[in-house]
Amino acid sequence: MFKLLKYSLYDILKSRFAILYTIFMVLVAVSIYQVSEDLSKVSLSLLNIMLMIVPLIAAVFATTHFFNNLEFTELMLAQPVKRRNVFLSQILAVIIMLSAAIVIGFGIPMLIWGADESILILLAIGIALSIVFAGLAFLASVMTRDKAKAIGISLSFWIYFSLIYDGFVLYLIYSLSDFPLEKTTLGLVFLNPVDLGRIIMLMKLDISTLMGYTGAFFQNFFGSAQGILLSSFILLIWMSWPVATAMRIFKRKDF
Amino acid sequence: MISVRNISKKFGKLDVLKEFNLEFEAGKSYALMGPNGSGKTTLIKIILGMVIPNKGDVIVQGESIKNNFKYRSNIGYMPQIGRYPDNMKIGQLFRMMQDMRPEIKEYDVELMESFGLNQMMDKPMHTLSGGTRQKVSAALAFMFNADILILDEPTAGLDPMAVETLKNKIKKERDSGKLILITSHILSELDELTDQAIYIFEGDIFFNDSVAMLKETTGEERFTTAIARLMEWSLKKKQTKTELSHV
Repeated sequence: MFKLLKYSLYDILKSRFAILYTIFMVLVAVSIYQVSEDLSKVSLSLLNIMLMIVPLIAAVFATTHFFNNLEFTELMLAQPVKRRNVFLSQILAVIIMLSAAIVIGFGIPMLIWGADESILILLAIGIALSIVFAGLAFLASVMTRDKAKAIGISLSFWIYFSLIYDGFVLYLIYSLSDFPLEKTTLGLVFLNPVDLGRIIMLMKLDISTLMGYTGAFFQNFFGSAQGILLSSFILLIWMSWPVATAMRIFKRKDF
Repeated sequence: MISVRNISKKFGKLDVLKEFNLEFEAGKSYALMGPNGSGKTTLIKIILGMVIPNKGDVIVQGESIKNNFKYRSNIGYMPQIGRYPDNMKIGQLFRMMQDMRPEIKEYDVELMESFGLNQMMDKPMHTLSGGTRQKVSAALAFMFNADILILDEPTAGLDPMAVETLKNKIKKERDSGKLILITSHILSELDELTDQAIYIFEGDIFFNDSVAMLKETTGEERFTTAIARLMEWSLKKKQTKTELSHV
C-alpha cells in the first residue's frame, strides 16, 4: 500500500498541474490579504473563492488523473498487489496533492500576515470539499470507460452542487413561503456538501444576521457545539460514501 | 498448474467466453490461437485477474484466484501493448516492479542486458519507440523467474534480432520446465516455440491437443497449413450452424 502510494505520489507531485494549482492558490490568498486588513473579511472572501474553485478543480483534476493514470493502474493490476490498494493509492495521491496545494497556498500568506481560528476551519473545509469532489470524480470515472463522459459527469456534479442546488432551494423556500420551512431547509443543507461547508464557516464567523430569519435559525442550530458536531459528521459521510462506492465498483471492473 | 473452470464472460450483450474449460500443465508450452476477437486476450486477462468473469473460477497452482492477489507473483506477463507511466524512467520502472515483489531477491536480467536496456536506464518511458517498449515488457516478464509465463503477442513490433533473442529465451525457459502460454498470429513462430495447440473460436475451444496430433488430424505436414485447415473447418462449422438456424 505505502509502496504504491509512494509511486503514485511521486508521479503526481512531479506533474506541472500540482505546481500551477499551488501557485494559483498562493496568488489568490496574497491578493485577498492585500485588499483587507480585517481577518474575518479575509476569510469570508477566501471562503467564497474556495467554495467555487476547490470543488471544480478537485472534480476535473481527479477525473483526468484517473484516466491519465490508467496505464499505471493496468500495470499494477497484473502485479501481486490488492485491487483495493491500487485504488486507494490513486485516490489518496490525488487527495494529498489537492490538500497540500490548499494548505501551502493559503498557509504561506497566513504565516506571513497572521491568521485566526476561522482560517484554520476554512482550510479544513477546503480539504473536506477536495475529498468529497475527488470521490465523486472517481465514482464518475469508474462508472464509465470514456474520459470525456466522465469529465462531463464530474462537471455536472459541480454545477449541480454549486449552482443549481441553491437555485432549487431558493425556489422552494420562495414558493412555499407560507409554511414554516426552517427544518426543511436545514435538511436540504445536509444534502449538499458545498452548502454544509459554507454554513459551518458562516456560523463560525458569526455573520448569520446577514442571512435573515433562516440564518438565525441556523445560528441556533449550528452555533451550538452539538450542531457543529452533527454537520461535521454529515460532511464526513459526504467524504466517505463516494470513495467507498467507487472502490466497490473498481473492485469488479474489467481492465 | 492453471485450470480454467466453467468461465463465462459477457461484455454487454456479447458472449466472449461461454462455459469455458481449459487445463494448462506445468512443463508444457501452449499456443493460444484464434481469429481476432475470439477471446484470447480476455482469457489471459481473466487468468491475471484484470477481467472478472461473470461465472466460473480459475485455479492457479492449487489456489482460487477469487479475492486473491499473491498468486500473481508467480506469473510473468507480457501484455500485447505495454502501457507504462509516461513520466517514469526505464530504471525507475524496473525498480518499482522489483519493489512490488519484495520476496524475490534474485533477478533474471539476461533479456535486459541482451536488449541493451541497461544502457538507457535514464530514458523516460514516453520517449521510447514501440519496439523498445516491447523489449521493456519482455524484460519485465522474465525478470522474476516466474513459474508461469504468459506472453500476449510477444514478438509484435520487435526487430528480427530482438525476435531471435526473445525466442531463444523462451526456448530456454521452456526447457527448464516452466509453463508457457503464447498468443500470436505468426504461426511459424508458434510452431517453433510450443508443443500444444489450442484454437479458440467464438468463445469455444475448437481444438486442444498436441501439435503432433494437430498435424495428424488435419493431415498436413506443416504447422501453418494445419492451422489454416483448422480455420477453414471452424468457418464451415459456423456456416452449417447459421444454415441450421435459418431452417
